[in-house]
Amino acid sequence: MRFGSLYRLTVTVLPMSGEVAVIEFESVSKTYPGHAAAVAEFSLVVPSHRSVVLVGSSGSGKSTLLRTVNRMVEPTSGRVLIDGEDVRERDPVALRRSIGYVLQHGGLLPHRSVLDNIATVPVLNGIAKREARTAASELLERVGLDPKLGRRYPGQLSGGQQQRVGVARALAADPEILLMDEPFGAVDPIMRRDLQEELLRLQAELHKTILFVTHDVDEAFLLGDEVVVLREGGVIAQRGTPAEILGAPADDFVRDFVGADRAERELSIMDIDGRAVAVDGSGRPVGVLAP
Amino acid sequence: MNLFLDALAWLADPAHWTGPGGVPTRVLQHLAITFAAVTAAAVLAFPAGVLIGHTRKGAGLVGAIAGAARAIPTLGLLTLLGLALGIGLGAPLLALIVLAVPSVLAGAYAGVQNVDPEVTGAARAIGMSPRQVVFQVEIPLAAPVIIGGLRAAVLQVVATATLAAYTADFGLGRYLFSGLKSRDYAEMLAGALLVAALALLLELLLAAAQRIAAQRITAPAEDTAEDTADLPEIPREKERV
Repeated sequence: MRFGSLYRLTVTVLPMSGEVAVIEFESVSKTYPGHAAAVAEFSLVVPSHRSVVLVGSSGSGKSTLLRTVNRMVEPTSGRVLIDGEDVRERDPVALRRSIGYVLQHGGLLPHRSVLDNIATVPVLNGIAKREARTAASELLERVGLDPKLGRRYPGQLSGGQQQRVGVARALAADPEILLMDEPFGAVDPIMRRDLQEELLRLQAELHKTILFVTHDVDEAFLLGDEVVVLREGGVIAQRGTPAEILGAPADDFVRDFVGADRAERELSIMDIDGRAVAVDGSGRPVGVLAP
Repeated sequence: MNLFLDALAWLADPAHWTGPGGVPTRVLQHLAITFAAVTAAAVLAFPAGVLIGHTRKGAGLVGAIAGAARAIPTLGLLTLLGLALGIGLGAPLLALIVLAVPSVLAGAYAGVQNVDPEVTGAARAIGMSPRQVVFQVEIPLAAPVIIGGLRAAVLQVVATATLAAYTADFGLGRYLFSGLKSRDYAEMLAGALLVAALALLLELLLAAAQRIAAQRITAPAEDTAEDTADLPEIPREKERV
């Protein structure tokens, strides 16, 4: 009897497989009292099972936009739709449990073990604790951590390990949508590179719809199937694939922001002993063209 | 010095350790009224403190109530209540509750309010309901401060509960009042020593509880020691910075 009701709960909370998980922003504006508009008339479609990166400096409203998707921020006007349904029609708690969310500083619960942190949402959804912990242990491996770390507490992990746990927690309820709010912004560059590679590997397996926010343009180009460059106030300066943006910046703002004029982006080919060597604008070799 | 020895002699007298007026009975009575007053204060003030800490609204009200309640002289309040309620335990119990409320309220409020908003925000963002955030995140993380508030309340009440004997034949205060009346200063001092010893004991217990609660938040020692003993030591973030 009890099991039956739990089963029903799980079905209502998790998107069914095969659902498309498209996020649409329709003229979303957000104004905080006494401030200029954080976001004005923002419209965007995040296609199914693709990763879209919002990139902009602080004040571009990128985090505000991300947080309208799980109703952590309510737009002043406009709508956010998931698969055609206005998120305001959804119960915020159920909505948030159906979306994976990774934050900059991990946001792990310091008084719970790593395993229990990962298992938080499944347990809230009524999965037995034991079962949820077993699944959490498997997820730890999946994000490249030793399952033995599961018994530790967040305070005993390094920043990079905490971020991996944050990713595992976001994946625990097997959501179709992942929201990532500068998840790798606070870790050192080498660790960040590892985390980015790990995310690419995971995405190749899992095919989630990912909305990712960063101020790091290189990270945006690495992780985004599509990149949206934002100006102040959530105005889209340009959207396109990384190659499109880098190859043809829409204007000086984008050119400057993505560093299209930076020496390291201006590659040319030199012929050295019959091999085509790519060099950057300062003449430093960066690679050899594949034959 | 002589008086002190007399007090020790009074305490050593086996006749004072038996019967309805004996030390064990009085200690239990004293503990009972302390426990009753702090429990009642917690029932009243704890939910209010948690709510105010959670919503971050009404902090000014807490300050006003706590400040006003702290400014009330307990003896004066007890006299007033005694006149209204007559002889018995009612008046001292009420006066002690008023004494305990500010500490409990301030502990609950400050503890919950000081929980890192990033942690509670994350808990909400992954799908905890407001209730779950309060019970599964805020209260556990605020536990050391909450226990700190209880600790302060217990100390104040256990020391002041001697006043129960003002309107009732109850608690260790009895030795103070009867000693004063019969000019048996040895009995008075013995009573005072017993109260001090009791306060000290409770203080030690609650301080230990607070320490355990604080440890639980960062890392329960047994868990990590047993289960990850074979892992290389990972420096903690705080220590590295």
